[in-house]
Amino acid sequence: MNRSKQIINLYVDGFKNLTLGKTLWKIIILKLLIIFTFLNYYIYDKSIKSEYQTETEKIDFVYKNITKE
Amino acid sequence: MEEHLVDWSRAQFALTAIYHWLFVPLTLGLGFIVAFMETIYVKTGDEFWKKTTKFWMGLFAINFAIGVATGLIMEFEFGTNWANYSWFVGDIFGAPLAIEGILAFFMESTFFAVMFFGWEKVSKGFHLLSTWLVAIGSNLSALWILVANGWMQYPTGMKFNPDTVRNEMDNFWDVILSPVAVTKFLHTISSGYIIASLFVVGISAWFLLKRREIILAKRSMVIGAIFGLVTSFFVILTGDESAHQVALKQPVKLAAMEGLYEGKEKAGIVGVGVLNPKKTLTNDEDPYLFEIEAPYALSLLGYHDINAFVPGLKDLVYGNEKYEIESVDSKIQKGKVAIEALKNYKRAKEENNLLKQDEHLKVLEENIKYFGYGHIKNPEDVVPPVALTFYSFHIMVALGTWFLILFALVLFYALKREIIEYRKLLIVSVASIPLGYIASEAGWIVAEVGRQPWAIQDLMPVGIAATDIASSNVQITFFMFAFLFTALLIAEIKIMLKQIKSGSEGGH
Repeated sequence: MNRSKQIINLYVDGFKNLTLGKTLWKIIILKLLIIFTFLNYYIYDKSIKSEYQTETEKIDFVYKNITKE
Repeated sequence: MEEHLVDWSRAQFALTAIYHWLFVPLTLGLGFIVAFMETIYVKTGDEFWKKTTKFWMGLFAINFAIGVATGLIMEFEFGTNWANYSWFVGDIFGAPLAIEGILAFFMESTFFAVMFFGWEKVSKGFHLLSTWLVAIGSNLSALWILVANGWMQYPTGMKFNPDTVRNEMDNFWDVILSPVAVTKFLHTISSGYIIASLFVVGISAWFLLKRREIILAKRSMVIGAIFGLVTSFFVILTGDESAHQVALKQPVKLAAMEGLYEGKEKAGIVGVGVLNPKKTLTNDEDPYLFEIEAPYALSLLGYHDINAFVPGLKDLVYGNEKYEIESVDSKIQKGKVAIEALKNYKRAKEENNLLKQDEHLKVLEENIKYFGYGHIKNPEDVVPPVALTFYSFHIMVALGTWFLILFALVLFYALKREIIEYRKLLIVSVASIPLGYIASEAGWIVAEVGRQPWAIQDLMPVGIAATDIASSNVQITFFMFAFLFTALLIAEIKIMLKQIKSGSEGGH
């Protein structure tokens, strides 16, 4: 328990004491949020995973694509 | 699939990869430089080395964090833009990436926290161990990704399963120890070490020009120059092996790298040259407007034999009986046979005809290595963009030579003279920082553009690998990524500059 607390404190204190690093992490998290929410819900809302539920459907989809003339 | 969409998908992936590679290579080498410095600190107990280690560690951390962010986007794109490819490669690509995620990434992120936040909280020995493990972990991440890339350049150790239309790993060691993967890994990480050395030498030179942090700069410069000099020799060795592997496994790429249209024995390397833009495969124009050639060097580089025949693009496309080079047209026919066999196999399976299934499977297995050629329309389509490959290769080699000279000069003046008085050398050292990135990106352009049209060499062209989605979606995301990555790069440079300007007394 004491060990876990030490590990958590290592991260908490570390992030608290960041100066320039804080700005950096904010930028990175914001960027990932924008990209993943925007892309997942508005641009790539259809993918092989969402369109084809079963393994057989996915195999058929790729089979058609790689054997077309 | 419309060509427009494939081109936009390629452009988007190229954009992401190029930006990703701006953030990653520095981390690969700087991790080791920081670990060397901390080792000196632990051995001597000199607080100066602790301060120096912490300064460079701060810059390492900025790069590390942004590299993770761009890497995630690349993996996302495999699923969205390259669905056929992602399925077709199956666990060959998935396994190395999964190992990277589980082993290297967790190792890095755990010990990264100890390294960055753990000063005064853990023992000196454990802190040093964490720093070394972060450096090794970063390179291990690169290993798995480069193994996956090496497999795309030279597919081996797998078997195609017609039931799942997937390649399945047959021999893990063949994949990981493939000569192309091993060479690619060593050559790529050592180019990262050179970038890190240029960075340390350049930033130190800037401090000397500003007459600040003089001791830190001088000592860092020596470490950077030694590391850079040693790894420059290593880059030459691995580059030589890399070219040898390209000659054996991707001869079209080698011919494009040298703008070689007609094959010849005792072939020379064009050291400096300008390609003739009018030259095509089918005309008799001179391939160069101007060239200075080093005789025998291409035969030696490619085949380790000065008399060896190096096939040109014409030999590789139209075939050459004398040297037993098969024409692309013949490979296209075999590729079509493989595709037809896969179709027939599936049909026989649906009819539950085991005899026919076996028959078609045999034909498929005999021709599977030409599978991708079945999608190629014209033999000339297997030739990559020659000018881009040629100039990228020559820029990379020229800059690599320059870095070797620069490290030698810096080391000599840093050890034998008062380097602070040699302003021109210091200015050139600062100016050489971006050149390291240009050389490394040029290397990637040779590797990736030089193997077009293949997503997986000989098995899958990019046109088949791409997902059939609306090209407007890809265009929107291309510009969105371009904007975001540029903003991220500007932010990173600003944060880096602020960190550098604050010197060894600044926080993180």
